Amino acid sequence: MLEHYLSLFVKSIFIENMALAFFLGMCTFLAVSKRVETAIGLGIAVVVVQGITMPVNNLIYHNVLKEGALSWIGLANVDLSFLGLVTYIGVIASMVQILEMTLDKFVPKLYNSLGIFLPLITVNCAILGGSLFMVEREYNFAESVTFGFGSGAGFALAVIALAGIREKLRYSNIPVGLRGLGITFITTGLMAIAFMLFSGIQL
Amino acid sequence: MRFLRNFLDKQERHFNKGGKLEKLYYLYEALDAFMYTQGKVTRSGSHIRDAIDLKRMMLMVVYALVPTVIMALYNTGYQANLALSKLGQAAGEGWRNTVITFLGLGYDPASVVDNMIHGALYFFPVYIITLAAGGFWEVVFATIRKHEIQEGFFVTSLLFPLILPPDIPWWQVVLGISFGVVIGKEVFGGVGMNILNPALTARAFLFFAYPAQISGDKVWVAVDGYSRATPLAEFADTAMTVSASWMDSFIGLIPGSMGETSTLACLIGAVFLIATGVGSWRIMLSVLVGMVGTSLLFNLIGSSTNPMFQVTPLWHLVMGGFAFGAVYMATDPVSAAMTDKGRYIYGLLIGVLVILIRVVNPAFPEGMMLAILFMNVFAPIIDRIFINSNIKRRLIRNVS
Repeated sequence: MLEHYLSLFVKSIFIENMALAFFLGMCTFLAVSKRVETAIGLGIAVVVVQGITMPVNNLIYHNVLKEGALSWIGLANVDLSFLGLVTYIGVIASMVQILEMTLDKFVPKLYNSLGIFLPLITVNCAILGGSLFMVEREYNFAESVTFGFGSGAGFALAVIALAGIREKLRYSNIPVGLRGLGITFITTGLMAIAFMLFSGIQL
Repeated sequence: MRFLRNFLDKQERHFNKGGKLEKLYYLYEALDAFMYTQGKVTRSGSHIRDAIDLKRMMLMVVYALVPTVIMALYNTGYQANLALSKLGQAAGEGWRNTVITFLGLGYDPASVVDNMIHGALYFFPVYIITLAAGGFWEVVFATIRKHEIQEGFFVTSLLFPLILPPDIPWWQVVLGISFGVVIGKEVFGGVGMNILNPALTARAFLFFAYPAQISGDKVWVAVDGYSRATPLAEFADTAMTVSASWMDSFIGLIPGSMGETSTLACLIGAVFLIATGVGSWRIMLSVLVGMVGTSLLFNLIGSSTNPMFQVTPLWHLVMGGFAFGAVYMATDPVSAAMTDKGRYIYGLLIGVLVILIRVVNPAFPEGMMLAILFMNVFAPIIDRIFINSNIKRRLIRNVS
């Protein structure tokens, strides 16, 4: 049993890396990877938000939205899954808000270091994508917790690695037309080739 | 030789600023530096301990690759001749046969000369095409971006054919080296500024774009219609028995990429690289340690369904591209970690990843190439961690 969760965790970090295997959350991935410190901040924020919103969405899906999920109040024939997309993004936005206020109140130091990233990742496709994967693959609650933290960690790993490369690239003589985002796209592509190391592993 | 010097000097004015061939100065400069050394020499004693520069460093790597090239020539020919004699064919086909009959040679796998020539007829076309196609891009970028053509390309262009199967279609060689040189190196600003090893980038590109010509068991022997798997594939598949002895694998008489098969030749190269201080012994050692540790761990765990769990470290050492990668690829001074402590971590993780991929990833039993690329991606972060911890340590020391 433990093995199952461990392999799911490893799989969500390396084999199904949100950023470099699915290319989700590219906007934040490319924008917030200029410096390693900020990338680490973003990485932690993604791990936390992903780890909280996915289980919450899992609960909502299984108890409210899924076909027949409302049978506990006597509405066995209702299928609300068409509301999924709206609900998940709403949950993500409100969870991020609550998290922000909690951190501000109780852990101001962490709140300050995360800064703009918390509100920013409300619109990160990797977060919404994670919830949608969770529904599609029919994860149960424990699996969704594992997958949430794992996919968040995978995204964090990728964005920190990219930031390290970009800091190194600052000393490179890149052709003028490619400076900035251009070379970052190429770098991302090359990183994705390297991450294909894990493609095909069956866990 | 005086004549050549005078000729070059006389031509120089055309290439200088204002000359009519000003745009091609870099071509002239490259030729001049290739024939003679640079004209600029310090007049008085300057305070340097050792005048090692990029040119010497890169040439050292080229010299270190000589044993593997010799083994590549011999083994490619040997495998092909062996296959021909097994298939009962007296002679090969195509233009290679014409050349060999013209030279009055045969296809005897026991004859060193026959093997060398037959292998050379496979290796050198690929090498020349690599030089031509990659050199073309080097010249284009050097001319447009006004930097000099650097010797680093000689290393890339020699490494690349060595990690290709002998039967690779030539147009794929052109495509691969173009990708490696342009996307892997030149868009980052040229030698010393790339993040991934260009030769490995080129190979990875070919591997994912045209898997049929670079994997499987048909491509490793340069004879059509003859298939012999590499020992790695034979180990991975329970239905196959391992057909090579350990000693054969160590010397390199097994099917595989042209230059990768011989662990012995790689070891000679490793000694040379370490003795000259060009290759990092820290990386080579830690790759080895990582490999031995992980494979022993897998031996210990064991598995009833996956035969790769049982492969001993000794076999892992001689199979696939492990030795070649550890000696020539992982130690690439540009894309590897730069800090000494970082090199241990970097090498160790390569060793661990290789065995992990060989054992658990059925998609490709050979993981060396991608393991190195993967760690190239993380090398800057590893360096950063150690640089920052060093800065912190020294700050504390200076404050108190």
